[in-house]
Amino acid sequence: MEKLIVSPSPHNENYTKTHHIMIEVIIALIPALIAGCIYFGLRALLVTGVCIVSCVVFEYICRKLMKRDNTIGDFSAVLTGLLLAMNLPVTIPLWMCVIGSFAAIVIVKQLFGGIGQNFANPAITARIIMMVSFPAAMTNWVYPFWYKETADAVSGATPLVLMGTTDEVSTLDLFLGKCGGCIGETCALALLIGGVYLMIRRLISPAAPLAFIGTLFILSANSAPLDQILSGGVFLGAFFMATDYATTPITTKGKIIFGIGCGIITFVIRNFGSYPEGVSFSILLMNILTPYIEQLTRTKIFGAKEAAKNEG
Amino acid sequence: MSRINGIRLKHHKNTENCSTVEFPLPAKVRIPMSMHMGAPCQPLVKVKDTVKVGQKIGDTDAAFSVPVHSSVSGTVTAVTDYRTAMGSVCKMVEIETDGKQEISEEVKPPEITDKASFLKAVRESGACGLGGAGFPTHIKLAPKVEVDTLVLNGAECEPYITADYREMIECPEDIIGGVNMIKDILGIRRAKLAIEANKPEAIRNFKEMADNDDTIDIITLPSVYPQGAEKVIIFNSTGRIIKEGMLPSDAGVIVMNISTASFLYRYMKTGMPLVSRRLTVDGNAVKEPKNISAPIGTSFREILEYCKTDFDSLKKVIAGGPMMGMSVPDLDMPVVKTSNALLGINTYDDKKSSSCIRCGRCVRVCPLGLMPAEIERAYKIRNIDELRSLKVTLCINCGSCSYVCPANRRLAETNQLAKTLIPRK
Repeated sequence: MEKLIVSPSPHNENYTKTHHIMIEVIIALIPALIAGCIYFGLRALLVTGVCIVSCVVFEYICRKLMKRDNTIGDFSAVLTGLLLAMNLPVTIPLWMCVIGSFAAIVIVKQLFGGIGQNFANPAITARIIMMVSFPAAMTNWVYPFWYKETADAVSGATPLVLMGTTDEVSTLDLFLGKCGGCIGETCALALLIGGVYLMIRRLISPAAPLAFIGTLFILSANSAPLDQILSGGVFLGAFFMATDYATTPITTKGKIIFGIGCGIITFVIRNFGSYPEGVSFSILLMNILTPYIEQLTRTKIFGAKEAAKNEG
Repeated sequence: MSRINGIRLKHHKNTENCSTVEFPLPAKVRIPMSMHMGAPCQPLVKVKDTVKVGQKIGDTDAAFSVPVHSSVSGTVTAVTDYRTAMGSVCKMVEIETDGKQEISEEVKPPEITDKASFLKAVRESGACGLGGAGFPTHIKLAPKVEVDTLVLNGAECEPYITADYREMIECPEDIIGGVNMIKDILGIRRAKLAIEANKPEAIRNFKEMADNDDTIDIITLPSVYPQGAEKVIIFNSTGRIIKEGMLPSDAGVIVMNISTASFLYRYMKTGMPLVSRRLTVDGNAVKEPKNISAPIGTSFREILEYCKTDFDSLKKVIAGGPMMGMSVPDLDMPVVKTSNALLGINTYDDKKSSSCIRCGRCVRVCPLGLMPAEIERAYKIRNIDELRSLKVTLCINCGSCSYVCPANRRLAETNQLAKTLIPRK
């Protein structure tokens, strides 16, 4: 003992730190990644690897250039890369993955101040940027098990496009993910496992996913509601994007409003918009509304006087 | 609001079965004149005076103050300035003990005829809240409005501390006696003994003792921190909400630590003022954790030595519990009336805080429903209006927000700093 250390209370702490949370979310995404590899082949792993590596490299370079602390250690860049890969079709050219990672990490995340400060979800925004920039490559869906076919890659439409036609995919296949789509978004079962895991570990609240999926289900009540919620990026968006800490409201009330908003916007885009899929846009639009939702849904303070707002 | 937020902590109640040990008389004691909430007392003794146990050595006319008594018999060797753990300066009386522990003639049971004489006796006993805040008991017991419920705080929600628990196990009759005495004299109809569920033996004991008494309820509280905070325990035991700016008595409630109640009972019987107290000595640098009863003024160093502390590895000493206790800058600081625990810690990791990831944990755990993350943002840009509407002044500094923060942000500290920005009315 040389000198006693003096520090403000509390003197003990919880051992769940930022990087633990990120690693848990990465673990929760592994079932979906495995499902993606099974349905779309090992190229899915290559795409994921490129996204993760380029996200981490961009994060490192960016922090260096901005003369800030290195934040690779919190694994948030790894998570962003993984989530981005989940949102890409397996046939995507690898250089596009790098551009997508640049958009996610540099433009959406670091330019706004890094982890926790971004106003929109990096992976979702990057997906939208890529969708607008490379519409052909981003909608080049393939059928599951296409890699087993002898012919060249057979491209196919997503179930949302096929809906109502004779090629409709069965609800069970949708749940298991046996349909065309992005690497990580088709298998609702795997995403559900990951989402429930996160809820059991109390890392995400069920409020936003339930509100999102529930709203969409109710709104599309007369047009195959089950198929609506199981197709496209609904489960991926609801469990992994609409629960992102930085870009969604903190309070439960806020999370429910956020989820309902996502459900409504997704429904509107799917039914009245020119894009077949609206999950990404709905989450981005609600991300932008988050600060306002937050202002309106502050917690009720125990024993506070009612006239608080008129003071000062 | 139906439920108050909180966190589940590891209890570390290692000393719950350690009976209280009398601390051997130290060679000297150093008694500060400020151990309570109000203005410090003025010393009544000079250097070379001889004093006896229980003799009054400091007093003042200031309203929120209680007198100070000598805990030993011996000779005053110095009256000096002393900086308390809170940073304020007061006088301190240093007494060299003579080993005889002669009891002063002043020590005799007070005569209680009515409420006024009772309150006067409470003040003379030197009693202040033994739970940690040091609020003068005679003021607490003289509410300006009518009070119908007395809540006895036996939550002891901080990890490690078992001092109140030992009181409940060792002197349950004194506690019940004190409760009945206060109830009768102040005309309070009901008493509620609120105890956390992690003390089943104490709960069972009291349930048996109060079986035939329908004016005393025994309430089992869930072991959730900060169960013992005043507003929390009032809500959880009576369902009443203490609104901003209200005192508990405005809602008809007085909250008192159980050890304070049993001390008052003993004082009324013996007349021995508050000159010693029980404290839990624990922590990972302490090899023999104990509950000890030490004379007020004993230095922390002697107590830690007595409990075989490894001084080489000692990094931090905490007076109080790990959540709200104060880290002590100097081992020669004395035991005061409010010391309920002394923890010797040999681990300290000065972790750098990283950016807030807005996970909302701090919001979910705040017992008062505050938003520490938002408060921190408003504090950074010195937005006083925003801080006001976020009600930062209600923060009780329980430390839950800092505890759960995955980014190691010092939210509780920021709340305290933010409070200072808001001018008092």
